[in-house]
Amino acid sequence: MSDMSVPKTPRIWQLAERRYRLIGSKCLKCGRVFVGSRKVCPQCGSRELEDVELSRKGKIYSYTVIRASPMEREKYGPYIMAIVELDDGCKLTTEIVDCSPEEIDIGTEVEATFRKIGEESKSGVIYYACKFRPVAKGV
Amino acid sequence: MNFKGDIPAIYGWGSYIPVYRIKLDEIARVWGEEPARVKSGLQVEEISVKGRDEDQVVIAVNAAWTALKRAPEVSPKDIGAVYVGSESKPYAVKPTATIVAAAVGAPVTIRAADYEFACKAGTEALISVMAQVVSGMIRYGLAIGADTSQSWPGDVLEYTAGAGGSAYIIGSKSSTSVAYFESQYSVATDTPDFWRRDEVKYPRHMGRFTGEPAYFKHIMLAANELMSREGLKPSDFDYFVPHQPNGTFPVRVALRLGFKPEQVKPGLISPWVGNFYSGSSLTGLSRVLDKAKPGQRILLVSFGSGAGADAFSLVTQEAIEGKKGLAPTVDDYISRKKYVDYSTYLKFWDKIYGV
Repeated sequence: MSDMSVPKTPRIWQLAERRYRLIGSKCLKCGRVFVGSRKVCPQCGSRELEDVELSRKGKIYSYTVIRASPMEREKYGPYIMAIVELDDGCKLTTEIVDCSPEEIDIGTEVEATFRKIGEESKSGVIYYACKFRPVAKGV
Repeated sequence: MNFKGDIPAIYGWGSYIPVYRIKLDEIARVWGEEPARVKSGLQVEEISVKGRDEDQVVIAVNAAWTALKRAPEVSPKDIGAVYVGSESKPYAVKPTATIVAAAVGAPVTIRAADYEFACKAGTEALISVMAQVVSGMIRYGLAIGADTSQSWPGDVLEYTAGAGGSAYIIGSKSSTSVAYFESQYSVATDTPDFWRRDEVKYPRHMGRFTGEPAYFKHIMLAANELMSREGLKPSDFDYFVPHQPNGTFPVRVALRLGFKPEQVKPGLISPWVGNFYSGSSLTGLSRVLDKAKPGQRILLVSFGSGAGADAFSLVTQEAIEGKKGLAPTVDDYISRKKYVDYSTYLKFWDKIYGV
């Protein structure tokens, strides 16, 4: 009855809006910006942080091609995973889409695009988040 | 003008088209058809194809983000309604509109719903937002038409079923709106030209019956109703944007109504990306807004099988010039492309694993 189980959905739902809009945390004392929710600034120890929308543009810091996909992506085929350094200085791990590995390199400029990241099952909840794609002229 | 009081207007417009394309030559090759004959009949060269991680929600959200870029004066917190028209939503029950609302940062105190009326669901969503704006129920609303258009493998629809859509931020006319609506009229009849039954993956249609008694009849009825009620004639418009099931019908209906080819061609998208179903005419309008000058008049007429048509008369305003460059244009999206073969197209569509 795998189609009836929803083990990941509550957690995914809690993260959904952060993933949709790339919401991170900003330290009000030292000004550093972090991916995800933080209660304490790991840089200066301040507990004064606020939610901020992260930059939707950045550069590829490093990347790899996943050819042995996890089970839930076995029909998806090879895909590019990268660490992207956003324009506001923080780094996140994300998939690079709309291109082949030959079209990117370290330093390639990328921008956020809203995409499907998975689904619980064929009858289950669909998960969405920001991925990144190379910046094209005008687009 | 058939609006009393406030005038509904567009503040931001934006589109999204997946990067992948398949040429009609490739589809024709697989099914043993003569490519030149198919392309000549449909006047379509290639269609957009959704990627392996794209669906109607993805198109709706990315189009909404683009529209918001062109409306910097509109805070997502001031959006009071999100309505999305489509015939390919990934959930049968669960709104796309709530996902879009969350992704643009709209407040929880909004109205959100999905609309269905075949290819005119997007303009139905637009009319609902316009009505709530002019009634004073909301300050701004977001209306979207988006589809990953479905088609049976081997059906003639497969040659035109593209993927894409457009979004519009609507509010009351002001100095920062880019185009205001002069009037809106609709027609609807019980015409079974195209349908998809519950739990069936792809639509069926009545072939040539989708032309005369469906597309042409309803678009001409709605367009003529608007022009006769408002005292307008084709020469009063700078642009005519009808629904685009292929590249042939929009030009033919334009000529029949008395428009010239140069009035309809600026809004054509189907020859290069195909039919976006609910997003078709709205993306044609988006392409026209990308080019229009202030003070130009546009006639937009959607068509939805089943069947009906929504006609809108719009006039562009001064603010349009300052907003064009704030986001990618439809032509930017059309020119950004990667070709796939038929096997990859089947994989992206998940058609390999059975229908």
